[in-house]
Amino acid sequence: MTLNQISVFVENKAGKLQQLTDVLAKNRINMRALSLAETSEFGIVRIIVDDTAAAAAVLAQEGFIHSITKVLGVAIPDEPGGLNRVLNVLSGSDVNMEYMYAFLGGKEAKHAYMIFRVQDNEAVEAALAANGIACIDQATLTDL
Amino acid sequence: MERYYQPEIECAPVEQLKALQDERLVKQVKHVWENVPYYRKKMEEKGVTPDDIHGTADLHKLPFLTKDDLRLAYPYGLMGKPLKDCVRIQSTSGTTGKRVVAFYTQHDIDLWEDCCARAIMAAGGTDEDVCQVSYGYGLFTGGPGLNGGSHKVGCLTIPTSSGNTERQIMFIQDLQSTILCCTPSYAAYLGESMKEMGLTPDQIPLKAGIFGAEAWSEEMRQDIQNTLGIKAYDIYGLTELSGPGVSFECSEQSGMHINEDHFIAEIIDPNTGEVLPEGTKGELVFTSLTKEAFPLLRYRTRDICVLSRKKCSCGRTFIKMAKPMGRSDDMLIIRGVNVFPSQIEAVLLKAGYPANYQIIIDRVRNTDTFDVHVEMTPEMFTDNVGEIQKRQNALEAGLRAMLGISAKVVLVAPKTIVRSEGKAVRVIDKRKI
Repeated sequence: MTLNQISVFVENKAGKLQQLTDVLAKNRINMRALSLAETSEFGIVRIIVDDTAAAAAVLAQEGFIHSITKVLGVAIPDEPGGLNRVLNVLSGSDVNMEYMYAFLGGKEAKHAYMIFRVQDNEAVEAALAANGIACIDQATLTDL
Repeated sequence: MERYYQPEIECAPVEQLKALQDERLVKQVKHVWENVPYYRKKMEEKGVTPDDIHGTADLHKLPFLTKDDLRLAYPYGLMGKPLKDCVRIQSTSGTTGKRVVAFYTQHDIDLWEDCCARAIMAAGGTDEDVCQVSYGYGLFTGGPGLNGGSHKVGCLTIPTSSGNTERQIMFIQDLQSTILCCTPSYAAYLGESMKEMGLTPDQIPLKAGIFGAEAWSEEMRQDIQNTLGIKAYDIYGLTELSGPGVSFECSEQSGMHINEDHFIAEIIDPNTGEVLPEGTKGELVFTSLTKEAFPLLRYRTRDICVLSRKKCSCGRTFIKMAKPMGRSDDMLIIRGVNVFPSQIEAVLLKAGYPANYQIIIDRVRNTDTFDVHVEMTPEMFTDNVGEIQKRQNALEAGLRAMLGISAKVVLVAPKTIVRSEGKAVRVIDKRKI
């Protein structure tokens, strides 16, 4: 159970990120999660949207370089120690973690969500499941 | 006190110089006509024969030679002597078909070294000086030329060649070098490094520097003079004509005296080819009067500058040329090294990048910055910043291996490099010189 994340290449210059959000806004694409990784000259914007296929199509049309990556999403109880419990599992299972980022849930706000980019999605998902932690699917995220 | 290597010619009355030029030109045109079929054909096409050339007043009748001619005639087409009479070649750094290979007889080398010796003595050099030659040695003319000139003056010559800054500074200090020969940007870098080491100008034994092979500003001269505590002199030359020493600065430091016993300089309108009067800005054209093996007549340098025969306080009567204001050529000189855009293109294509690129050159604190903008492609893009940077580093290493100097690779978004319908704008040179 993985999520589709779109990674977009942007130059690290004033207004470049806004050009991306402008394209998404005009095409009525809603973002669920966003994270930025940047160097002094360029950045990679990682987004999870409500309609991955539509977003990929408009980005290609507008000349944005992008790729789609499968990532894991985990709902974490919005309480002290919530993230710690998940990371405890991952650090015990020799996972090669490339990056992770967090975002908050919907109006109910009982959960925060973590996105994990790991080498082996299945293995990590199994390790989490063995410890009673479930990964969320795209539909769950879209409905938030 | 002004010093001269060959005062009888360097300070000869102008009329005597002109008579010498007339005589040598007639002889040289005959030599070329008889030995260089490539140029003879050009003369025939223009309807000129050696009988039409009686002196410098007839120079304008001769056809021009351009870099294209050098390319077409490569490698032997412009030789004026059989190979068995030649003892050396020197070459520019082209790996792109832009290469210039110039041939020398022993006599040619001798006269070239005389020209460099004049430059060293004009900078105050004597046989008591220690002259550190930090120009590159090898195919590049800078090292060999100044090395020979330094020998002729009788300086103790330190042939360090370029690079290895720590060792350069060690020799300057340990062997008390008094004259430094290198590119101005390398001189500035050496100065900066010594300053960082805590050396003040009075702790640096250097007294003079002879700097050339790239364009540099008056501001840069002041900066180098202050940091190193020296007088900095400009020197000019081209491999096509011999190398450094075609012209050189004297104590006045206000333009370079052209060695008129060996070269005739003209200024022409680069568009029409028409000869312009003295004092007018235009393209510099040289005729070599004494070269045997590679005798170029009316060679267009593409350097834009002005000539002046105003009386010089140094006593020399040779005409002076101002610092060239710009070169309309596609060859770049970055940190003293020749760079051709097509070399960069070759590296990019080999590494899987597109040929859409732009070179941005600037000068920050007297050192050239050299950025290569490359467009990101879907093939080269990954989700991982580290992986992209790894590819970026590999590209920089490839450029360094090809060019001999380091460039910074900047990845930009697709379609951000302006496309041109005609000749692509590959180079943006922001250096204010």
